[in-house]
Amino acid sequence: MSHATTAPHESHDHAHYPGGILRWLTTTNHKDIGTMYLLFALIMFFVGGAMILAVRVELFQPGLQLMQPELFNQLIGVHALVMIFAALMPAATGFANWQIPLMIGAPDMALPRINNLGFWLLPPAALLLTLPFVLALFGVGDGAVATGWTLYAPLSVQGGLGVDFAIFSIHILGISSILGSINVIVTIFNLRAPGMTMMKLPVFAWGWLITAFLLIATIPVLAGAVTMLLTDRHFGTHFFNAAGGGDPILFQHLFWFFGHPEVYILLLPLWGLIPHVLATFSRKPIYGYRAQVYSFIAIGLLSVIVWAHHFFTAGLPVPALLYFMYSTMSISLPLAVLFFCWIATMWKGSMSFETPMLFAQGFIVLFGIAGLTGLVLADVAADAQYHHSYFVVAHFHYALFAGGIMGVMTGVYYWLPKWTGYMIDEKLGKLHFWLTIISFNLTFMPQFFVGLAGMPRRIPDYALQFAEFNAISTVGALILGFSQLLFAYNIWKCAKGAEYGLPKAEGRAWEGGESLEWELPSPPPHHSWETPPVIK
Amino acid sequence: MTMNTPAPTPSVSHRRLIGKLLAGVAAAFAFGFALVPLYDVLCAATGFNGKTEGSPKGVGGFSLGGFGSRTAEPLSRIDRSRTVTVEFTGTVMPGLPWDMRPLTFNLDIHPGEMQLVKYLVRNTSDQPITGQAVPSVSPGQAAQHFDKIECFCFSQQTLAPGESREMPLTFIIKPEIGKDIRHVTLSYSFFSAVPDKTALNARE
Repeated sequence: MSHATTAPHESHDHAHYPGGILRWLTTTNHKDIGTMYLLFALIMFFVGGAMILAVRVELFQPGLQLMQPELFNQLIGVHALVMIFAALMPAATGFANWQIPLMIGAPDMALPRINNLGFWLLPPAALLLTLPFVLALFGVGDGAVATGWTLYAPLSVQGGLGVDFAIFSIHILGISSILGSINVIVTIFNLRAPGMTMMKLPVFAWGWLITAFLLIATIPVLAGAVTMLLTDRHFGTHFFNAAGGGDPILFQHLFWFFGHPEVYILLLPLWGLIPHVLATFSRKPIYGYRAQVYSFIAIGLLSVIVWAHHFFTAGLPVPALLYFMYSTMSISLPLAVLFFCWIATMWKGSMSFETPMLFAQGFIVLFGIAGLTGLVLADVAADAQYHHSYFVVAHFHYALFAGGIMGVMTGVYYWLPKWTGYMIDEKLGKLHFWLTIISFNLTFMPQFFVGLAGMPRRIPDYALQFAEFNAISTVGALILGFSQLLFAYNIWKCAKGAEYGLPKAEGRAWEGGESLEWELPSPPPHHSWETPPVIK
Repeated sequence: MTMNTPAPTPSVSHRRLIGKLLAGVAAAFAFGFALVPLYDVLCAATGFNGKTEGSPKGVGGFSLGGFGSRTAEPLSRIDRSRTVTVEFTGTVMPGLPWDMRPLTFNLDIHPGEMQLVKYLVRNTSDQPITGQAVPSVSPGQAAQHFDKIECFCFSQQTLAPGESREMPLTFIIKPEIGKDIRHVTLSYSFFSAVPDKTALNARE
């Protein structure tokens, strides 16, 4: 791809926006909003992480030392909701805001005011989710939602006021996600630079496009399910109440109709950014562009027809079990295509191992383990043993921490020079990588073993024979958690690159960077691509 | 899909696309609610979740759970070539101060045979209380062939303080039941019939 570089001059950079907090409240600039999304995600990452560290410390030994089961139940559920809805999803939206306009040659997102609203819905929603913890301290209610993030009926029908807070929080988060999705789709469809056909779209934008459509298809179903839950709780309906002719299993169907695509909603933007990183540091073009795009589409379509594999043990008829087993396993085919393309992108490239490349490669290895253990869980016969055990916990943390969070870290380290204008501190970045990947495996690898041995998840106490593995896991989790302070420090240091004497980033901060954002100076001016680039 | 010029009047072209996407959101929300009746239809057709009421035949003869054993003959004949073991169990849900147990724990019967069993239910509180039993059959494939002729779950039951009552159930397992099903469990959950939120939320 060759571009006529038409980056605007510095003189355009003096944007007329108010100073102080008002700038951030009223901004409609995609870069400002992207920054806010990413910082919000980082803060909530630490909030959700602190919750689960308390849980891990409780699980260090058998017996109850630190907390009562009620608080334990609240912490695990809110940890998951915070990490999924308030950390991973906003981080991906932050990437979309910063990068999609830069990468497709658009001056901004298509709907800047909607963009602002989408972000500012998040802090109140996060507040609603965590407020019941504080209220309980003052004797109001019995704490946050204690059902686990899945909110299964009938437990959630009977739960305390924390469930209501969670329902409203999910409504608001859902509206925010849908606004973000509409914005991404309209931007990609209408604001591409001249000459950029859909099949010249950066892979990252393709990943996000599929995510946006999945969000539009599934978030409203979750909103409907929790609305039914709300009316069951307060307005005498019987959607999930067996005594009134309803069916609690229906909730599981509705929830996972959303819940399984949600996994791909979290991962597709990251599958989109990984090829860019691999290509950059292998100094080769992305291998199999079309194959990757078609795989994204196939995974998006398959993801909405496999939901019942999350409750194989709920008592489905055998033909349904077989259908959901085979359809679930078929997802591994397009996924294998992606893995092949990632590896082939690096094949015989002149690779260098800067921090983002290390994270991308760690992502491939660990996410591969998530995929393979997922195949085991998809097996109906095996799942009867592994369902609701720590094996599942380990599996989805390999998918969502190693695949999700480490994917986000890949993107952050890759694009920080573009955003801040300074190169990252490679030494500290690599230290962060090695601390993260070693302590991550120390935390979650033992959980496969205790899960296989039969330790159930979501229980604050456990049998003595699981003690050693749990102790190892807790030590790993503490190292993993505190290592992330280094991540925050690295971001801070890069943002204040001048004070710390970091080298300035050129426009093409990484010499192998080929996509459009590297044609702009680092950091890009407040308004970029006012004259769209022409793609030939 | 190629676009060779930047959108000349963005607000106009945006609006149509946004309209379509919003319609998609509304459709997905409606689909979530449409799944409720769809799910009931599916349950009636397949015996998902052991629901025994409703039309015994699948929709248009389509039945996932019956393993092709769904002939539409009347259930006059008794299949003496085999027996099915039926187990009876029951639970009282939280918020209902009752005891219940089946008087017959299990029974070997021929498909097509009519049987009568009883549950003993006792009100342990000092107030009259109305309860509603909800049945469930497992495995789910057996549910659509489990016909209740007379059942205490067909109506609400009121027990005086301390009263014990034998509650009858008459049923047939239809001969169409799959040959590979030799064991069927019938479970009742007794709920408090008054939609009393405070009783359900007694733990709060």
